[in-house]
Amino acid sequence: MYCKLTLLVHITSAALATTQVLRIHVESEDHIQALKELEEDVDSVLDFWSHGFSTERPIDIRVPHTNLSAVKDFLKKNNVPFTVMINNVQELLEREKAEMVSNAKMERSTKSFNFAAYHDLETLYSFMDTLVASHPNLITKVHIGNSYENRPMYALKFSTGGVSRPAIWVDAGIHSREWVTQASAIASNYGVDPSVTSLLGQMDIYLMIVTNPDGYVFTHTNNRMWRKTRSVNSGSSCRGVDPNRNWDAGFGGPGASKDPCSESYHGPYANSEVEVKNVVDLIMGHGNFKSFISIHSYSQLLMYPYGYTCTDIPDKSELHSVGTAAIKELTSLYNTIYQVGSICKIIYQASGGSIDWTYNIGIKYSFAFELRDTGYYGFLLPANQIIPTAEETWLGLKYIMEYVCNHPY
Amino acid sequence: MLCAHWSRLRRVSSRSCCATALRSTHSSTRLSSSPERIMKTFCSVWLLLSVVELSPAQEPPLACRGAAGPAPPQPETAEDMASTGDLEPTHYPARRAAQVALHYLNTRHGSPFRVFGLQQVHKASAEDVEAGGRKYKLDFSVTDWASGSAGPALRCSADVLFPRTERHSAPDVKLRCEALQQINRTVQEEEAFYQKHIPPDSAVSARDIPDSYGNMSEEMQPFWRLARVAASFIMLRESSENTEFNMVQMASVTQQESSEEQLMLEFVVLLHDLPSQEIVQWKLLASWSPDRGVRVLQTEWQPRCPHATKPPN
Repeated sequence: MYCKLTLLVHITSAALATTQVLRIHVESEDHIQALKELEEDVDSVLDFWSHGFSTERPIDIRVPHTNLSAVKDFLKKNNVPFTVMINNVQELLEREKAEMVSNAKMERSTKSFNFAAYHDLETLYSFMDTLVASHPNLITKVHIGNSYENRPMYALKFSTGGVSRPAIWVDAGIHSREWVTQASAIASNYGVDPSVTSLLGQMDIYLMIVTNPDGYVFTHTNNRMWRKTRSVNSGSSCRGVDPNRNWDAGFGGPGASKDPCSESYHGPYANSEVEVKNVVDLIMGHGNFKSFISIHSYSQLLMYPYGYTCTDIPDKSELHSVGTAAIKELTSLYNTIYQVGSICKIIYQASGGSIDWTYNIGIKYSFAFELRDTGYYGFLLPANQIIPTAEETWLGLKYIMEYVCNHPY
Repeated sequence: MLCAHWSRLRRVSSRSCCATALRSTHSSTRLSSSPERIMKTFCSVWLLLSVVELSPAQEPPLACRGAAGPAPPQPETAEDMASTGDLEPTHYPARRAAQVALHYLNTRHGSPFRVFGLQQVHKASAEDVEAGGRKYKLDFSVTDWASGSAGPALRCSADVLFPRTERHSAPDVKLRCEALQQINRTVQEEEAFYQKHIPPDSAVSARDIPDSYGNMSEEMQPFWRLARVAASFIMLRESSENTEFNMVQMASVTQQESSEEQLMLEFVVLLHDLPSQEIVQWKLLASWSPDRGVRVLQTEWQPRCPHATKPPN
């Protein structure tokens, strides 16, 4: 609703005066047909706020003033019951805008940013700016490219200097419905951990908080369970590619779907998704990443390659012991139990995954986390678990980073 | 009617589906009825638009587009994990079988105040059986999910048989948990909850529990748990070695008129299958009372529009 209303702000106030939103209570197939006829009428300027007509839920239509009586007559003639839901859209917009402005003001300072809450993209992005502004000698915002729908993609670079120092990459939110990952990533900036200082004397850290911004926005505006990108698939009415099946490692193999409507659709070819391509280009262009860590939810697992095959990697025992030790640190805080293993063995075979690609190009310390929980709330993890999740995850991440720092290669 | 056409022709492009619909109305010798005329108009306009290609990204037809039934999970790959003999307890074959045993446990012992979750698999093994199927033997611990890993753990053992049939059939579970009778039965809470909602004027209804932000009120918790227990019947039935189900949301609950002193609840639940990452929607009717426990009376798979948009809250 927020997204829709933002678009409406650009329409002149006069046109919005006495625009109404009608709520239609569909009760039969005949009603559904009538509504479809209405929606398909290309001369109308009706704005349908909901799609997928069914008798299960009401349908809302924003009707401009000039069309109001015609539309109401049509509905009455077809015996379609309706109620006037919003009598005056303009008034609602003003109120909503005022509230957003005041919220934005409140969140402007780092001290008042509410880490124990889920935020929309705009708020996360503006907090990133606040972080950069308050730590100019440590943090810079790197614009790595734009998403499919042309939203900027930003990574935060933590660096105390040097030129192209060995670096560690951490990304969150590549699957947009895994909200605790973006929230934990941004909450990892809560407080300053002094032990990271020595690490930052030798290495840089890149933190990508929202790796799939289009998907993230969609989970706020339309479908909380959206996972993929929002790219258009030619020849299909289904959108989106699973960004973690789109990397060039066993691409198109078992564990990914060739059906564009599937949640694990791999896309037409490797790196077809601009979101993936942007990260690939940054990693390749930089040339000195020593670790790549991707954060997902849920299941409480710490995994290493491969996903595309169950064959062990050459570095399996080292990565397994690093993972086991990292998990020990994580568990020490709140007793949250994690398991360690390769993707293929511990969760499922999955081809075209990011950490398989990074491992194959020589980034030895490639890991993937699946954060809380184990299925009780799943993707809908309550906000009061964000900070504990972030805190325990940070301990695990820190262990890995320190290990990487102490084992240059 | 339109919905039925779309759902039957899952992979056929919308254009040819529409053409089929047009052909079938043309061939009718009766005077076309109002819905048929509307559909004909709709189809003609739609075909015209798609020819003209007004917009590059055609959203799907608004009717639900879905398979003829729940999408079968991805077939197991050539790289099958050696799921015979002793199994690694932390790996997925053992865990999936344990989850199936958990679903079974919840159907039998779940309530508005108790839902069990898997704590840990201790030992697991699997073997092929003569009738053509695979039997898993499991040794695992469960906890009352609400108390988390802090709560007391119950030790269980189970035999889970996944049959190998042409069409999917439900796994068979034999389960033993020690001290099941001794765990604190939540009798008082159950009775109070029952008394509160059995009167004829009780008409509970709610949507999206928890909401997008994971919020769930105290009042809604027992309904959510009931949904989870009822969903366990479905998850148990639909499980195979290639699935791993969880309930991610109670999309809605609508109390129906009580019958035979049972609370009657209609749920719509969203299930998540881990291996395929698909979200599957089911509508179901369940009854509950402290004496009889949860019974599921009807289930109905619901096709989801690929771009399901929610009405503004």
